[in-house]
Formats: sequence, structure tokens, C-alpha cells
Amino acid sequence: MKKGGMKSVGQSIRKVDGMAIATGKPVYTQDIAMSHALVVKILRSPYAFAKIISIDVSRAEKLEGVECILTYRDVPKGRFTLAGQSYPEPSPYDRLILDEIVRYVGDEVAIIAAVDEKTALQAMKRIKVAYEVLEPVLDFEQAIGHATIVHPEEDLHVNFDIGLQKAQNIASSWKEEVGDVEEEFKRCSVVVEDVYYPQAQAHAMMETYRAFTYLDHTGRLVVVTSTQIPFHVRRQLARALQLPASKVRVLKPRIGGGFGGKQTGCVEAFAGIITLKTGKPALIIYDRQETFSCTTSRHAMRLKARVGADHEGIIRAIDLEVLSDTGAYGEHAATVLSCVGHYTLPLYNKTRAVRFTGNAVYTNKMPAGAFRGYGATQGTFALESAVNKLAEKLGMDPTEIRLKNISKEGETFLTGQGVLLGSSSLDRCIEKGKEMIGWKDKFPCREIGNNKVRAVGMAITMQGSGIANIGTASAEIRLNDDGNFTLLTGATDMGTGCDTILSQMAAEILEIPMETIVLIAGDTDTSPYDPGSYASSTTYVAGGAVVKAAKELKDKILEQGSKFLGVSLQDVEMDGLVVRTVSGDEEMSLAKIAELTILGTGNLQLVGYATQGCEVSPPPYVAGFAEVEVDQETGKVELIDYVAVVDCGTVINPNLARIQAEGGIVQGIGMALYEQVNYNDLGKMATNSFMQYKIPCRKDVGKVRIAFEESYEPTGPFGAKSIGEVVANTPSPAIAHAVYNAVGVRVNHLPITPEKVFLGMQKL
Amino acid sequence: MQIILTINNKLVTWDVEKDEMLADTLRSHGLLSVKKACETSCCGLCTVWVEDKSVLSCNILSVRVHGKKVTTIEGVPKEAEEFARVLTAEGSEQCGFCSPGFIMNVLAMKHELVNPSEEEIIHYLTGNLCRCTGYMGQLRAVKTFLGGALV
Repeated sequence: MKKGGMKSVGQSIRKVDGMAIATGKPVYTQDIAMSHALVVKILRSPYAFAKIISIDVSRAEKLEGVECILTYRDVPKGRFTLAGQSYPEPSPYDRLILDEIVRYVGDEVAIIAAVDEKTALQAMKRIKVAYEVLEPVLDFEQAIGHATIVHPEEDLHVNFDIGLQKAQNIASSWKEEVGDVEEEFKRCSVVVEDVYYPQAQAHAMMETYRAFTYLDHTGRLVVVTSTQIPFHVRRQLARALQLPASKVRVLKPRIGGGFGGKQTGCVEAFAGIITLKTGKPALIIYDRQETFSCTTSRHAMRLKARVGADHEGIIRAIDLEVLSDTGAYGEHAATVLSCVGHYTLPLYNKTRAVRFTGNAVYTNKMPAGAFRGYGATQGTFALESAVNKLAEKLGMDPTEIRLKNISKEGETFLTGQGVLLGSSSLDRCIEKGKEMIGWKDKFPCREIGNNKVRAVGMAITMQGSGIANIGTASAEIRLNDDGNFTLLTGATDMGTGCDTILSQMAAEILEIPMETIVLIAGDTDTSPYDPGSYASSTTYVAGGAVVKAAKELKDKILEQGSKFLGVSLQDVEMDGLVVRTVSGDEEMSLAKIAELTILGTGNLQLVGYATQGCEVSPPPYVAGFAEVEVDQETGKVELIDYVAVVDCGTVINPNLARIQAEGGIVQGIGMALYEQVNYNDLGKMATNSFMQYKIPCRKDVGKVRIAFEESYEPTGPFGAKSIGEVVANTPSPAIAHAVYNAVGVRVNHLPITPEKVFLGMQKL
Repeated sequence: MQIILTINNKLVTWDVEKDEMLADTLRSHGLLSVKKACETSCCGLCTVWVEDKSVLSCNILSVRVHGKKVTTIEGVPKEAEEFARVLTAEGSEQCGFCSPGFIMNVLAMKHELVNPSEEEIIHYLTGNLCRCTGYMGQLRAVKTFLGGALV
């Protein structure tokens, strides 16, 4: 599988669904829901922590058009997790569909189903609830040892030890140490230490959470949902609703963005239980306020980072101590926490000792969950900020300290259990980024008059590609009776374009035009198993499965073709839609082969099938460079230019990869400069609309420029690694660095607002 | 109550509630390109034209378009496709959920501004949020489209 001469892979092919979704064809969940479906609405807790004393739905039920109202008394009693993870999930089973105890403002109290939205909302007002209001835990730094225990229930369950200590409000704890960190710090010439606070960030995908449910002709529950994880949702629903999984079918139509948010099954159970209770179709659509305040966000964290180096700038010791706020429920608490260390410590590979310790704590706020970057984002902010500080203390150029210390191909890591780094072009990414941003002339800063300073800053980052020894995907591809192909995968295109790039890969292997492939995905009834689109898996893992399956089919086609042509297998090749003898004398079209095998007496439909597991999770890399302009009178930071140079291995589809990178960088810019989930003193979210929660608009992002420095990952399909998440990580540390270089203020609490910069300047 | 309007060049008479918003009315009549995503009139997804000018259909009462001409992307298929081809060639529709509203505003801009500068383009389209693409690819597509390059 060498590059060069490829017809599909490496080409900027338009997404197969692009024209339909761009021109507004009805292909999203709400568009295909039955118009007479019951409308499902949720009555939510006004208190951050309370026990329901009584709940009276009788007046609401009398309202004409109200079909069904459910409270905690009406739902199954088995706890589950909504985390989108492979079973056995490393997340506590701490949820019920509705619970007697409500744990954050917005937690669900009752499910209402009515003939239309107005009726449902009127019914909601008629439900009388009496609460015993309890003291909430709102400050995550006070959670451990707080008098309030967020999850006191006896039946809270974990599948295996994740360090949960519920009496301490600890959902999960993690410790990893290689070498003697304290001893190593003593030997270092320079040690820097600081505390960093990356904030909670909202996904703010444009299509809010929604699901549509109905019973099919055999009485099975069909769930059409905007999700990244159809198979996990099926398993969650089976557990939550106490049904056999075989009685549930999950279908994913087109999705209006996810970013990890839809890796948590936020809404499906509410519509599902209504359909089961009433036998009727049901549709739940979260409004923007619910999407902001009743789903998940990125984990807010406190990270103490310590980095030590010898006098030559060789980094010898890294210590990260993390406190992560998982909010009211523990979805993804353990895994996001562990990824903080997992995706930062191997960046630098001349270390002699590294340590990573952390706790994820319960608080009475909206749960945190999966969000693009998944702990690496927070860890990168802390580690890269500390390394920038270290470079300054050593009197070294920040790019030089990276080039001196980064991991190289063929190396192993202290924390990597002997796995070799198969590919990296990070050194080239750094060199290229330096050149593109004009580092030589611009570092660290220059006055440009009018009391304004321009400065540059940088950071590097890594992620994984799939989850080693857990991630798996299957794919099936078959030659149809008309000579065309059907590709079945469980991969979950959420706008990212995997339906297209997986087709590109299959087309490349089979040497056929992409138009001859029909791709079917995202249906638990027909798709082969795939955990879903998360953990930067799809290109690498699902792509690997597609390549294997396509090769298997190709071998079968060649074998049949050689038989029909009466020559040996070595004497045939595939070319376009024919099997041809190497000499070129004879050929047979795939349509003819299909006809002779599938129809009549052939008795053989040719199918390629493969399951791909991954033993490793090869890291993609990004070197990010920011140029900012800071107004010294006001502290206002304007992003002028952002350069990100990406190593994602082989680029399968350059345009789609570029958009992924640009979008991830801009989400990172939002986190660095504008976005913050805020609560008032009573624990009510204050930032529950786009009026208060500021995602970047097109005037806020300056110029973002992407370049690719391809490497070749030997374990990846066509040499590819992942790209979806790694691109989100560099903006916070690179922009913070640039701001420091401009005005000497280190903003360690994200986002970097003008107030913080201004107040910081007053203290200098 | 009853309103009479021209929707995508067809005269229709529709029954609407007095507090019904245009976006909901349009969706209920099968114009499913119209998306809603904010409830605070600041995302731009529901952009349609009233009398050929971009409006946020989530923020205008249906009764107010009585007697008016309303256009959704379904009403300008040729022009919309022309730009959508450029947009998708760039890969910058990504999830596509914001695209119909965005396209309507791009087309409105094309009709309104003559040779706009990059700054003017960004200013005109600022009300159309997108969480996927980071806006750069959209800008490339708009410039290509206005430049008349063939795709």
C-alpha cells in the first residue's frame, strides 16, 4: 500500500452526502420523524441538590392531549451509565432514567408526552413537586471531604475498580509513576511549577440533541437518533429500559455535529420509555437551553504541572497532578482523567521519571463528558504552558526545547509498555510552522504603535488513533448482482466525512470508481459492529477494517475471474470494473462475474468481511503557532494568525482533513479566548444560550492556516492516523504563550479574557 | 388565523396560530431545509428571504408575512446548487446543518453587494454561526463562487 498513483485515496473528493445536506434535503432526525409523533418534554430540577418529597401529576394528566407522564416511581430501578464506551464501561453506573434525588439544576424530574409541544409545556406547569433542598457541592476543589455526598446510594455500581470512593465524592482516581520523580527533580538544574485551570466548554453543535422512537412491525423499539454511538446506545437502552438488546434497533441518520457530546446517550431513554409505555411514536428535541445546561460539557480541571530539565534543556522529569470536575454523574470521568497523562507524557522522551496522579470528583453541576481532545486538551494546556515557562527560564527558544526533547520514530516511552512509535513528523511540523508564522522575525514580540504589541507563541500536542486493545471495527463489502458494491460499516459519520473516506479506501483497494459503492452505516440491525465515532478511531480503525474487507473481496473476485477466464490466479488483475489477464488479451466485467456467481447456478455471492482490532494507538501530532495583538490599554487580545501543522500520517482526503483541522483549531480558539460555562451561586447555569456563551463567529478567529507534514504509519490504512481530536489541543497553550510574550501576563485560568490580561498587567 | 403569501413563487393560503413563528410554519408545510438552533435569534440557521432580503425566520411572526413573498432554499434550487457545489468541493459544509441558512445569506449577499472585499464578506455573513468548519473553508468557497470560478 504505497502512496503514489492512487486514484481515490489522497484525493479531495466531495462528501457523498454533501450536496443533500448543504441544500437542506430532509435527512436529519427531526426531518424524518413521523409528524404525529408524541412530543416529549422534561420537567427539570430547579435545585442543585434535592430530594423529591412528593410529586403530583394528577392535574397535568387531566389536560386534554396529555398522553403519558412518568416520574421516578414509573421507571426501572437498575442503574446504568450513559457513557459511550465499550462494555464493560469504565464509568460508574450512577444513573436512573428518573431518580428520587436530583443532583444538579436541570436534572430530570418527570417525562411528559403530549400530542403537541404546547400541551406538553402546559402539562409541565401543572405538575406539583415538593423538594427537600439539600446543600450542594458546587466548587470542585471543595468536593473531596465535603459534608454532602453527591452519590450516597447503595446500588451505585462499577464494572471494575476505577478508584471510586463515593463517600469522598471521588468518581475515579488514577496514579501512574515510572522512575523516581522526586529524585529526578533534585538532579534537574531548572524546575518550573504552576497551576492551570482549563474551563468547562460546551460542545455547541448546531443540531441540538434529539431522538425519535417507535415500535416496528415486530414490536421492537426503533430509535432514530442524532448520536455518535449507535451500538452503545442500544446497549444503554437495553439496560436502562430492561429489554433484551435484540429488541432495540438504533439508527443514525445525518447528524448536525457532535464533537464528543453525542458520545453520551443524553435523550434516547426518555423518548424510548414513552414509546414503550404508550406504544406510540415519540420525538424528543432538546432546545438550546437544555443542550447547554442538561447534557454534558468538557471537564473543568485544575492541573498542577511540574517540569524539570538539565542545564542543556533536556527534560528529565514531569509531574502532573490533576483534579477533574465530572459534575453530577460520572460518564467518562475515569477515561478523560487517564487521558490527561496518556496523551501528554509521551510527547517528551528524554524523561527519566514521570508521574501522573489525579481524581475526578462529583459535584452538583451538569455532568462533564466526552469532548474532542478528551483530557489531552486540558493536559496539553498545562504541560505545554509549563514547557514554555521552562524554555524561558533556560534561556532557550521554545521551538528548540521541543526539537531537542520530542519523541522520535522507533522510540519507546516510559509509560508506553514497550510500544514503538511507528511514525512521527513532529520535528518537520515544528520547522514548517516556524517558517509559516515567521517565528524568526516575530519571536517573542514587537511594538506596533498605538500601545499595541504583537507577539507569537507555540505549543505541540499528540492524541491517539483509536483505543489500543479496546477499539475494534468490522466492515463488510459485497459484489452485487449488477456489478456494483455495497459497503456496510458501523462507523458513524457525524459530518466529518467518514462515509466518504471509507468509500475512498474501498475504491482504492478494489480499483473501482467510488460511484459504484453504496455505503450503508449507522444501523444496528444491518451494520457490522463498530463502537462509534469517537477516540479518533474512524479513519484508523474502521478504515483498517474496510481495507482488510476490500482486499478479501478483491482476492475472491480475482479468483473467480481467473476461473471464468480459464487462466491461473497469477495471470489476472483488476482494472476499473473488469478482471483482465495480465497480457491484456482477455477480460471479463465485474457485472458479468457477478451475474455468473450470484444468479442462476453460480450459488456464490462474493463478500469480503473483516474485523480490525488495534493493539496500538499511534499518535497524530500538531505543532501550533499563534500570533496575537494585545492592546496594552485594555488587555484586549486579537488573534491575528494561527498556523497548525499536522501529522496525521497519510492524508486520505486533503480537503476534508483541512476542514477538520480548521474547525478543531477554531474550537480551540474559542476555548482559549471566549468560551466558559458559568454557574451562579445556587448552581444554576448562567451561560445557557448563545447570548451568554460565546462560540467564535467569523470575526473572532483571525486567519487560520493549516499545513500537513505527512508521515507513514505502518499500522494504519494507507499509512493514515487520526485527525479529529488532536487539532483541538494547541490553541490554549499557544495563545496563552503569545499573550505572555506580548505583555508578560500568564493567564492560567482559561479563557484568556481582556479583564484577566488587563488585571494581570496591573500587577506587573 | 389565515395568511396569504407567496412561498417559493407559489401563492398559498395557510392557517397559522397568532403566536406562530415563520420557521415553524415553514417546517410544518414541509420546507424542512429551515433549521432552528438557538431560540435567541443569533445563529442564522433559519435564514430565509422575505421580499428577497435575509431574515431570521425563527424571529418573525408568521402573520407578518401576510401578503409577502417568502423564499427558502427549496425555492432557488439552481442558484443554491451552484454555490453548494463550490461549498462541498471545499469540504466546508461538514455537518451541513447550518448550510441552508448560510447559503441563503451568501446568495442574498451576492445579489446585494458588488465585488465585496473580504472584510465586507465576513461582515455580511457574521450572523451565520458554524461550529464545524472554523469558517476558513466557507470563506474560500464564497470567494471562489463570487469570482465565478467553475467547479
